[in-house]
This record gives sequence, structure tokens and C-alpha cells, in this order.
Amino acid sequence: MSIKKNYLRPIDFKHGHIDMTHGAGGRASAQLIDELFARAFDNAYLRQGHDGALLPLPSEGRLVMAVDGHVISPLFFPGGDIGCLSVHGTVNDVAMSGAKPLYLAASFIIEEGFPLADLKRIVDSMAAAALEAGVPIVTGDTKVVEKGKGDGVFISTTGVGIAPPGLCIDGRSARVGDAILVSGTLGEHGVAVMSLRESLAFDTAIESDTAALHTLVQSMLQALPNPSDLHVLRDPTRGGLATTLNEITRQSQVGMMVDEAAIPVLPQVDAACELLGLDPLYVANEGKLIAICAPEVADTLLSAMRAHPLGQGAQRIGTVIEDSHCFVQMNTKFGGRRVVDWLSGEQLPRIC
Amino acid sequence: MKYIDEFRDGDSARRIAAKIAAEVRPDTSYSFMEFCGGHTHAISRYGITGMLPPNVRMIHGPGCPVCVLPIGRIDLAISLALDRGVMICTYGDTMRVPASDSLSLIKAKARGADIRMVYSAHDALTLAEQHPDREVVFLAIGFETTTPPTALVLRDAKARDVRNFSVLCCHVLTPSAITHILESAEVRQLGTVPIDGFIGPAHVSIVIGSQPYEHFAEEYRKPVVITGFEPLDVMQGILMLVRQVNAGRAVVENEFSRAVTPEGNLAAQKLVSQVFELRESFEWRGLGEVPYSALKIRPEFAAWDAERKFELHYTSVPDHKQCECGAILRGVKRPADCKLFGTVCTPESPMGSCMVSNEGACAAHYSYGRFRDVARVDIAQAAITSIAK
Repeated sequence: MSIKKNYLRPIDFKHGHIDMTHGAGGRASAQLIDELFARAFDNAYLRQGHDGALLPLPSEGRLVMAVDGHVISPLFFPGGDIGCLSVHGTVNDVAMSGAKPLYLAASFIIEEGFPLADLKRIVDSMAAAALEAGVPIVTGDTKVVEKGKGDGVFISTTGVGIAPPGLCIDGRSARVGDAILVSGTLGEHGVAVMSLRESLAFDTAIESDTAALHTLVQSMLQALPNPSDLHVLRDPTRGGLATTLNEITRQSQVGMMVDEAAIPVLPQVDAACELLGLDPLYVANEGKLIAICAPEVADTLLSAMRAHPLGQGAQRIGTVIEDSHCFVQMNTKFGGRRVVDWLSGEQLPRIC
Repeated sequence: MKYIDEFRDGDSARRIAAKIAAEVRPDTSYSFMEFCGGHTHAISRYGITGMLPPNVRMIHGPGCPVCVLPIGRIDLAISLALDRGVMICTYGDTMRVPASDSLSLIKAKARGADIRMVYSAHDALTLAEQHPDREVVFLAIGFETTTPPTALVLRDAKARDVRNFSVLCCHVLTPSAITHILESAEVRQLGTVPIDGFIGPAHVSIVIGSQPYEHFAEEYRKPVVITGFEPLDVMQGILMLVRQVNAGRAVVENEFSRAVTPEGNLAAQKLVSQVFELRESFEWRGLGEVPYSALKIRPEFAAWDAERKFELHYTSVPDHKQCECGAILRGVKRPADCKLFGTVCTPESPMGSCMVSNEGACAAHYSYGRFRDVARVDIAQAAITSIAK
């Protein structure tokens, strides 16, 4: 009788489920890592097989690091899933300081009983997003919690990037007179996710805009003779455009005047918001950015944005003004004027 | 968006604004109360205040169902959830209404109470059917607009004999509140609220019709214009009120004729009267006890009436001493007149109920209009500085 050496029955990705052994650190954990994560994310750093990845140090510039936890419900939504979202979200957080994202780390917290088929779909989507973005996932961690102690899967990702020396893009840098630009139509992500919520479910063709924005940021920086004319970059995720503009006015101690007619919103998003009693200015985006720049380079920057596939709908929406009260004000399409305040309370939980 | 954009068109708005400006008499002041929170929200969100001449003032009325819900009623719901393990279902804005002991439904939820936000009364009944082992109570709030859906689920619950479902009824009535504003001793005593006319409810009037307002127009000599919730509706409604005041007329006019008829929705009215009857008196936050201003569930539906089922006893709880919600709801004060406004009372941590819902006078002013106060404060400060110099 011959004994098969090192035989392990392959994981049943069609019908299997996560159980507590997959997070226990034993053979089942190792098998899940080998057959799922390592295979999907494969790269030289991951192949080192250490808990910590050893990475080459860039010769100049400053390190930028960002972390983002993803708890979105539902896990799969029109235009994406928690997998690609967890890559895009962190890549964007790194890119919003003008940095080039280099590496990602991922931590999975999975609920006992979670279907392996869904996990595989999520991991494959993550791998595809990382590949497309050109940012490898160099290390990771998997934990399993008892049924009822999680909700499917939570994914935290950490990103590291490098910002060119001398470049200072941050929320404190908006100056009076600066132009405020957005890269495209607002509110798609929030409405796409909302359309699937059990108590709300409605049919829509709206898809999440989830996307990695670092190449758009790079083309914007390259278009500027002096990249320092770009003062602030921010991705308006939770809380939408309104909340992000308020964060910037507070950090920079300025006010803003925006023009409602110039703010791009798809008619179908507008309609969904009307129906649900939401304001698109407060609805989450996952593939849009706000840029605040010196007024003389606004047109150059807009052309550069519009030339990039992710910035085709770019618009100039307003101007930074002096205001010790840090109000964001808006001239309404209707002809009046009002404050655009912080989001208060919670418009929609677990949107990213 | 078709049928929406037409009612938000800037050019038409400017034309109506020009008409209002041309027709108001410079020596006359016009104070109009918009009763409904929906109008308050439209006025604030579209910046209508800034498009009116300075002698036309809009007073925000008590027509925000969340704002007029008294603390004691929320306390009843919280105690059902925390002490008796009941699942409470309610509409979103109700979750944040401040109650006793610094609690609210959302804070009670964080302490382990089972509180569910629902989008329709029917969702609450569905939850009860999905959880037959739990007691499910729908905390029903609102004016005549939200009453028919509650009547419908009560009828369905009885027909399907869903025994673990009941309703904590807090439905209130618009006409009695308007009468109260015009008649209350306090308002008369303060004597500072010269209301020259009413922007009448939009959606409420679809249900009750335009007839119930004839009484105010006649008895109190106040013009009423029933007006839709879109910003152009509101501008047109204001213009119609200005014209009535100028002509010395006081009648009910219907700007919202695309939806409101004189008799209203008779089927809905019939359903409501089958399920509900008048309450002798009901406490309104800010207005106090108002006679015959609310509905209770008829005895035939006693098994689905949470007040009877759980033998609930209502206790009135006073508002924070410095809270001016009452005076603001009656139009006697403006939000910025309240010491708490924008300091300890904000949409994040509301002390008074007007700060809770975005239809509340304070929340609408805080979220959309407070830059106007700044102008007032800055002018005052500049004046003080120039005097000091």
C-alpha cells in the first residue's frame, strides 16, 4: 500500500464555507493562504513568505502611508465589490497627497460560515484591481470570527507610497482665490449601494464609480509647470462633496462659494436622490476627486483631467473665499444662496 | 428631471421674485407662516429667504411631526424597548429626538435596545410577521399625510391576526394646531406674532382637502394659500398671499391645484375614521396640551394599540429651561434668538426638537441659512468697533 505524501484535499471553492480552522493558524489556514490569497495576489514580495514584507527603499521623497477599513454592506454591488473597493479606497488615500502608491497590505476578518465561493470572488476582484493599479499586495493576514460576530467579511488595507520631494498637497493649503474643481459626476457609489439595501431595494442602472485615481493625479501633476500650484486633493467618499469641502475650509481656515449649476450629477442619480429624500452633495463617491488649485492653472488642470478616462466629466465648481466662519456657501440653481453644511447624523451606514 | 426641474427653474423664480418685489407696499410688513416643515425645508434649501423683499418675513410653523413630538412619548417607546424587550420600529428622523436622561431612540439602541428604522408602516408589520416570537411596536408619528398608511397596517394586522404587532399612535392634526396658534393665551399674551397669512400644507391638504381651512380664513380673517413643496410653488404662494393682503381679502386659495381638491382624498379619510378617533387632548412639544389635536386607536383595534396592550401611562416632561422651541414653533421667536442655538444645540447634539429634523425651523436655519446671522453679528460688531474708535 502506498501512502501519498503531503496530500491535501483541495479546498472546495464551489460549495465550501469558512470555518474556525481557517483562522486557527494550522494546516487549514496555511492551505487557504496558499490556494487562495498567495495564488491570487502573487508577487515577489509576497513570495518571501514572511509576515513582514522586505521592501526596497526609494532613493528620495517622503513616505506616505494610509489605512482604510472596509465594512460595506452588501459585499457585492453594481459596479464593484468589497474586494476592488478595498484596493481603490487605500490607493486613493495615498494618491491624495500627490504620492505614487507602491505597496498594499491587506487584513481579512471573515465570519465563520462565509461561502468560499464569495471569498474567492472577492479575492480575485482585489487581485485584479491591484494588478490594474500596478500596486502589489505584499503582505496580509486572515482571521476568522464566530458566526454572528462579523458580517461576512471586513477588509482593512494599508497603503504605502512615495511623494516627490517638495510637493505639499494637503487640506491646510487652500488659499483665498483658489479654484475648486471636481473630476466628474457625483453620488453614483452611494446610490448604487443603496439600491440593494433590503428595505429600499429599487431597480437602477447606476453603477458605483469605484476606481483607483492615482494615474489621474499623476497626469494632473505632470500637466502643471509648477506642481506646487495644486494645493489640495481629496476624494469625497463618506459624507460626499459637502462634507469634504467643509473639512477643507476648516483645515485651511477659509470659506468657499460654490455654484450649484456647475456641480455635475447624473440625472438618474438626481432622480434616485429625489425619491429617497437625499441630497447628492452628501452621497458617497469612490472614484472622484476634488482639486483646489491656484486660479491661473485651473484651465490647464481641467484640460488634463478631462483628457484622462477618470476625469472626463471634470468641472470647475467654485472659488475659495475669505471667511473666518469657514462656511461653504452655494448659489442655488433656483437663484438663492445657502450654506452647504457638514453632514449631520448618518445618511447611510456602511457605505464603504 | 422631468416634472421636477420645471418647478425649480431659476428664470421663473426670478420673474416671480420681481413680481413680489414690485407688488409689496414699502410701508407694509408682511409676515406669513408656512405651517409645514416641507415648506420650511424648501425655503431654506433653495435660499428663498434671500429672494424676498426685506418686509416679507416667513415664520416657520409647527408642521414638523418630529419637532412637535413631546419628550414623554419618546420616553414611552424607549422604556418599551429597554425595559420590556420590545422591538420598536419608526421613521428615521424620530431616532434622534432627544428624550429624558439624555437618551434618544438611537442612544437607546447603542445600549442594546432593538430599534429599527423603517421606510413605511408596512415594513414594521412585515418585521412582526418575520419575528413571531417578539413584540413589535410601530411608533407612528406624523400629520394627516402619514396617518392613512398607519390605518392601513392596523387594518391588515387585524385582518391577518398578527398578535405580536401594535402601534404607539402619535398622529396629530393640522387644523387644530393652526387654531391653537391663532388662539393660544400665550401667543395672545406675548402678542408679538402678527401673522398676516398662511402658506397652507401641501401633502396634508391632498388628504384632507382645502375645505378645512375655510374656517380660519373666515373666522380669523387670515388668507390661506395651499402651496406645493417645490420652490416655485412656494414663491407663487407668497405672491398670492401678498396680493390677498394688498386687496384686503382673506380667503382660501389653492396654488397646489395639481394635487389638492376641495374635498381631499375621501377613501383615505374613510379608512382613517374607521381605525382612529379623536383624542380629547394631546401634548405638543412647544405648544402644550392642545384639545382635540390628535388621534387615538378605536376600541375595535385595542389588541393592536400599544398604549392599551402594555398599559402605558403618559407623563409629561418639560423641555430644557432655556430651550426656545415652543416660542419658535409659535413664530414668536427666531432660531437665532435662542441662547442654545448653534452653541450647545446643533444638529449633531440637538437639545430641542426643532434641531432634530431637517424640516425643523432650527435645523433648517442652522444647516442652510446661518450665514445670514453672521452678517447680522458682523454688522453689529463693526458698529461696536467703529463706536469704540
